[in-house]
Amino acid sequence: MNNSVLVKIARTHLVERKKQSIIAALGVTFGIGTYIILMSFMTGLNGLLDGLILNRTPHIRIYNEVEASKVQPIEMADPFKDSGFVHVVENVKPRRSHASIRNNQGIKLALQKDPRVKGITPLVSARVFYQSGSVLLNGNLMGIDAIAQEKLFNFNQYVIGGKPDDLDNSKNGIILGAGVAKKLRLKVGDYVPLITPNGESMRLKIVAFFQSGLADVDNTQSYVNIKTAQMAANEGPSYATDLYIKLKDIENAIPMTAEISESFGVHAVDINTANAQFETGTSIRNLISYAVSITLLIVAGFGIYNILNMLIYEKMNDIAILKAMGFSGGDVKRIFIYQALLIGIIGGAVGLLMGYGVSVLISKAPFETEALPTVKTFPVNFELAFYIGGSLFALVTTFFAGYLPARKASKIDPVEIIRGQ
Amino acid sequence: MNKGDFVSIQGKSGCGKSTLLYLLSTMDTNYEGEIWLKGELLTGKSPNELAKVRNEHIGFVFQFHYLLPEFSVLENVMMPALKLGLKSRAEVEHIAYEKLKMLDIAEQARKRATQISGGQKQRVAIARALINDPDIIMGDEPTGNLDSKNADLVFGILKDLTNSLGMSMLIVTHDDDFAKRTDRVITMADGKIISER
Repeated sequence: MNNSVLVKIARTHLVERKKQSIIAALGVTFGIGTYIILMSFMTGLNGLLDGLILNRTPHIRIYNEVEASKVQPIEMADPFKDSGFVHVVENVKPRRSHASIRNNQGIKLALQKDPRVKGITPLVSARVFYQSGSVLLNGNLMGIDAIAQEKLFNFNQYVIGGKPDDLDNSKNGIILGAGVAKKLRLKVGDYVPLITPNGESMRLKIVAFFQSGLADVDNTQSYVNIKTAQMAANEGPSYATDLYIKLKDIENAIPMTAEISESFGVHAVDINTANAQFETGTSIRNLISYAVSITLLIVAGFGIYNILNMLIYEKMNDIAILKAMGFSGGDVKRIFIYQALLIGIIGGAVGLLMGYGVSVLISKAPFETEALPTVKTFPVNFELAFYIGGSLFALVTTFFAGYLPARKASKIDPVEIIRGQ
Repeated sequence: MNKGDFVSIQGKSGCGKSTLLYLLSTMDTNYEGEIWLKGELLTGKSPNELAKVRNEHIGFVFQFHYLLPEFSVLENVMMPALKLGLKSRAEVEHIAYEKLKMLDIAEQARKRATQISGGQKQRVAIARALINDPDIIMGDEPTGNLDSKNADLVFGILKDLTNSLGMSMLIVTHDDDFAKRTDRVITMADGKIISER
């Protein structure tokens, strides 16, 4: 009914005090802008770092582990069964067993049918020496299905100077660790001589370099196709040391891991156990971003509170006459809440634009890192949820900042003001 | 009070004449007894209902004009009618303009409320009090701040309104000349009515 009058009064008050209103709105602008920038940038960075681990690491890894016999013969003997004894004689040592996962092809076929599994790929790990003249460098060859690795684990993000697919094209291709290449002064197209632990030598052609950013890995690890690795390990075509599994939903990793080790009798480790510290880092970074931006918005809220409070003291007479004219306490309250919301809406809208603009600038800024050879600019997450959340928060803060002074205004007794003159 | 009465309340300062006015105006609700307006009991109504009564039935003129400084003369006059919300903005604007014309200040309509003289401001305040065609106009020393020429003018306007529109007036004043010219004078002392003429 008469809301438009209230809005008009609210708007007029703001327009008449341009400087104050702009300063109050700027508080909201900076609060929202910083929130958007911080969240976009932080979650972008988090996404990138998560991607490093989550996208490149198998959600479940099945492997074979050398371990001691769980039960020593002496423990089976009746007189020594109880735990009160210290067993000095332990004669069953770890057995030299096959490094291959038993029945790996069967496991692979079975798991491929599981609806929770996005993909599964075998790996063959083999120890080698890189040869340079008379010097031998320790190394590790990983035999991979390049296409599956690329599809499931973004393997291509590590590869510079060529494509992972090149491994499949040439039988004796190798993606050489960047650290090895540097030490041996090799470039793409060169041949690198390798010696296997059995004394056989191989010559592989470098098709690309591999750079993970971790010096220890880059100084030893290289990638070849599965057949080459099986040859280097001196094993047959069913040999596989690891199975990497990627799930559709990472939440299934822990229950499935238990399931797999139980039903197939193999060792399996899930990503959460293997990278427990990672989630902690992510959540702490998110917490800090939220804390900073919420603090900024609350400060902006205090600014609005302050300005409205002053305005109400200044406008005592106007409030009194409005009430005498027949505006109710609720009407007066609404006038001041509208003012706060107008400041919040305008400041917030500009803040959203500012946040978006700066985010775009950041996303264009160059960002180069050893660990991520394919990333050239800063990662920024342009998620709509931040913009919606920021707007809502701006409205809620400004509403409360306006509510307290507005309530005070609604309680002003007109008689006291008019008779006090 | 009857419809069309022009009543003034007189008395020494502090005698309770203003208090009486504010009680009758519904703005002050701290009293014993009953207040009736047009056969309707006002005592005991909620503040919101009383605000509505003031908006519709009572016009106010104070010693100080209390115009809203950010708004134009016309907007100030329109304000109570916009609050009432019975007529469209265009209609309200037309009526407000008519009221200003009646009070002879239509040419100032577009000016800021702060840009006109004291006498003009008081006339604008009267126009504002008239906008919703109230049953009664209450005044607390409406001529108190004006020179005699402007005071005469304001008195003339109020008198005309009772004669031509049958509006009731209840005016608190300590100006004897003003009081003498009204239909009825209520004199108060120490919070009591001591005489009525």
